[in-house]
Amino acid sequence: MISIVVFPGSNCDRDLKVAIEKTLKKKVDMVWHKTAHIKKSDMIFVPGGFSFGDHLRAGILATKSPAMKEVERLSKKGVPIIGICNGFQILTECKLLPGILIKNTNPKFLCKSIDLKVDNNSIFTSSFKNNQIIKLPIAHSQGNYFADKKVLNSLEDNNQVILRYCSPKGQINNNFNPNGSMNNIAGIINSSKNVFGLMPHPERAIDLTKQADGILFFKSLNMYL
Amino acid sequence: MKKITKKLLSHHNLTEEEYQKILVILNREPNLLELGIFSVMWSEHCSYKSTKKWLKTLPTRAPWVICGPGENAGVIDIGDDDALVFKMESHNHPSFIEPYQGAATGVGGIMRDVFTMGARPIANLNSLRFGEPKNPKTNYLVNGVVSGIGDYGNCVGIPTVGGECFFHECYNNNILVNAMSVGLVKKNKIFYSAAKGKSFPIIYVGAKTGRDGIHGATMASAEFDDYSSENRPQVQVGDPFTEKLLLEACLELMNTKAIVSIQDMGAAGLTSSSFEMASKGNKGIDLNIDKIPLREKGMTPYEIMLSETQERMLMVINPEYKKITSEIFNKWGLESVEVGNLNDTQQMKIFSKNKIQCNLPINDLVKNSPEYDRNSKKKRISVKHSPKKKDIPIKESFKKIISNENFSNKRPLFSQYDFQVMADTVLGPQESDSAVIRIHNTNKAVALTSDCNPIYCKANPYRGAMIAVAESWRNLCAVGAKPMAITDNLNFGNPEKNEIMHEIKESIRGIGDACSLLNFPVVSGNVSLYNETNGKSIYPTPVIGGVGLLKNYKKKATINLEENGKIFVIGKTYGHLDLSMYKKIVFNEELGQPPNLDLIQEKKNGDFIRNYIDKFNHELIGVHDISEGGIIVGLAEMVIKCNLGVKIKIPQKKNKKNWLFGEDQSRYIVVVREKNSIENEALHADVFIENIGVVKGNGLKIEKLFEISNKELININSKFFMECFN
Repeated sequence: MISIVVFPGSNCDRDLKVAIEKTLKKKVDMVWHKTAHIKKSDMIFVPGGFSFGDHLRAGILATKSPAMKEVERLSKKGVPIIGICNGFQILTECKLLPGILIKNTNPKFLCKSIDLKVDNNSIFTSSFKNNQIIKLPIAHSQGNYFADKKVLNSLEDNNQVILRYCSPKGQINNNFNPNGSMNNIAGIINSSKNVFGLMPHPERAIDLTKQADGILFFKSLNMYL
Repeated sequence: MKKITKKLLSHHNLTEEEYQKILVILNREPNLLELGIFSVMWSEHCSYKSTKKWLKTLPTRAPWVICGPGENAGVIDIGDDDALVFKMESHNHPSFIEPYQGAATGVGGIMRDVFTMGARPIANLNSLRFGEPKNPKTNYLVNGVVSGIGDYGNCVGIPTVGGECFFHECYNNNILVNAMSVGLVKKNKIFYSAAKGKSFPIIYVGAKTGRDGIHGATMASAEFDDYSSENRPQVQVGDPFTEKLLLEACLELMNTKAIVSIQDMGAAGLTSSSFEMASKGNKGIDLNIDKIPLREKGMTPYEIMLSETQERMLMVINPEYKKITSEIFNKWGLESVEVGNLNDTQQMKIFSKNKIQCNLPINDLVKNSPEYDRNSKKKRISVKHSPKKKDIPIKESFKKIISNENFSNKRPLFSQYDFQVMADTVLGPQESDSAVIRIHNTNKAVALTSDCNPIYCKANPYRGAMIAVAESWRNLCAVGAKPMAITDNLNFGNPEKNEIMHEIKESIRGIGDACSLLNFPVVSGNVSLYNETNGKSIYPTPVIGGVGLLKNYKKKATINLEENGKIFVIGKTYGHLDLSMYKKIVFNEELGQPPNLDLIQEKKNGDFIRNYIDKFNHELIGVHDISEGGIIVGLAEMVIKCNLGVKIKIPQKKNKKNWLFGEDQSRYIVVVREKNSIENEALHADVFIENIGVVKGNGLKIEKLFEISNKELININSKFFMECFN
């Protein structure tokens, strides 16, 4: 079974459920944020949206939910945890992932399809070719990844950067950085490699977008399962 | 008791005659609270007193219409027990005063109208009109409105998938913000507002009531002057997070049998919601105003009844389900309170501190609201023959048009909207002539568009409104959808002026005639009058929100090109340049009449396109309707989108300028892989078709005339909006 934690203000929870059911043929349990016990799950998703209306700071209030305490506990046991968009923000606020997501350099909300380069050296991306260039939608105004130098270096040294914004040909530079993220970071894993946070939305690229690259992401999860 | 003076009446926007009517209904003087209630219920915004006589003439029925105008939104049947609920509504006055909040609450309000009926919103559109860019306020207004729309819709998680953004000096002091929302519901799960049940409890749920928006409906029923920005406290403040909670909680509660009837608190807040519910159900209400949750201390019953605080709902609950009702609202962290009871008296009695504060006959107030047949007269426009202007080369003219604000690539605008959330967006903004949204868990899809050309409407409101309907119909056909129904948002100036009333009547007549002939009923709508400042009115702007249906979303058409594609124009090109964007942008001239519209031809061409998209989808590359700017702008938009070139040959014996820029109606650009099928089909359907060129190269090339590279085209076309949001 796969669990999705739902907060007041989550709005990609249904999309994620549909994508999981379509691609993984697994049962999905929607876990209300007040739940203090999450049923035995193969993996847990923290979905996108505006949990608690982004009040105070995106993702911060969700860290106080009993379900997130449970997610923290299970992550220590090695259960794969995936946070998408607001889910990524929540995971960094919980300190399950290092760094923080701040306002985009252009603070306006940005919704578009974007090129990304994938490192396939993780259970979340194993179905991709290494350095494969894919297209996924992003939709956020706070996706600017920031970390201090020490953290950034250790992320790079340990190959924890799994997704980077890039040009259609794979160049990684400022011209192809939609939000100001350091090192063009779009997705990272923790040092134990079982927690994954990403700003793009693979669940939106299953069957309607020109490139259904989200499917490969779920295929990777299927290989793990 | 406060004495009712002339000043007090004028402060409430009530005329002496209307006050006399109140005295007849009550057979006594109203108190201040009662006067306030009359004033908002009888405001133009709530009562449609200047337009209802004419709105009644619109065609509203078809076998697929489940609910026409009069409810929170219109409802149509789309088969398999699915129904679509939709409406468009204006938030013009507040958006000019406070663009961010004005636009945000406009979006919030229209989504509440949709989910009040039990439907989950699945898409939003916006039709925006601003003053000319050189007006110092315009940039601030565009930025505020777009952020407001984006932040609200994005947070609630409903995709904003399209709409319009048009600039013209007539909107310098009165912008238009019309928001449309579309929702999906099962046919047997639609909720209505008519109160039912014996002494059933009335539940208030959502945000606490504050002092914001008091007399908002009255403000929206008056002209502006230079001091209108002092009305800022009348603008409501939106909270999309509460809206999201309210949406989820209401839909969850609607899965039980708790809700008997439901009405959102929109314009005129608690007053209009309670009166509407009671009046539709022929009921009376005892309302205990002391129970209303308040955000501020010391609010009077007058303020509470007239507040337009957002994100609030009123519902009649089956008493057996009181417990589950409060459980569900608690789950979502919402405050729900029993504030009154139904009865059979047909009186609205409002109590505070056990004393009766207001006692009004509901039906007399609602059903006997004023209805005016205002004088109308066409204003004689003195035709000035413009001095013969210097001829400007075609290439230069074209470049001016394609870099103009009204044609500039709107990607920097639409990218501020989450147009993909809910993962059912088949075609988002600027991909095709209509947005296309899949019906969740099916292969069906709904197509959506909003249209109006105010320059046409100013010169000829009847034909202009007909063209707006026809363009909506055309945009739906151009993606392969069957046009089903429309919602309309009628934006005009002060109806007390004869020439404005003429515009209103003629526009409604135009909509009616076009909709009748195209079998395209009007199922919901909104009227926004008094869009005037210092006596200067906007152009008549009857915006049409069109809704169509695709049986299979995979059989759609986009404005696509493909190397070696053969380019055709369906429909005859006469080269009508009067009131065209060519005349407007190149010569700043608005003279003459809009193009002719032959609705029989419109229908024939549209039916042909739709059938072709369905039958020959494998041979089809792209479809684009031809509207403002003519053939050349249509082609340029395709070139810009696909970054491929086209080679075009102007047919012989045609005036080049007229052929390229003319805005004749009922035409489409169609790009196909093979010539034969479309030519044969057109011949068979007796539809005019013309081969005009081929997809080739990397520029827009008009043979023997000029060429412009894709690079330059994309560059000049993207400039305006990129700079606008910088």
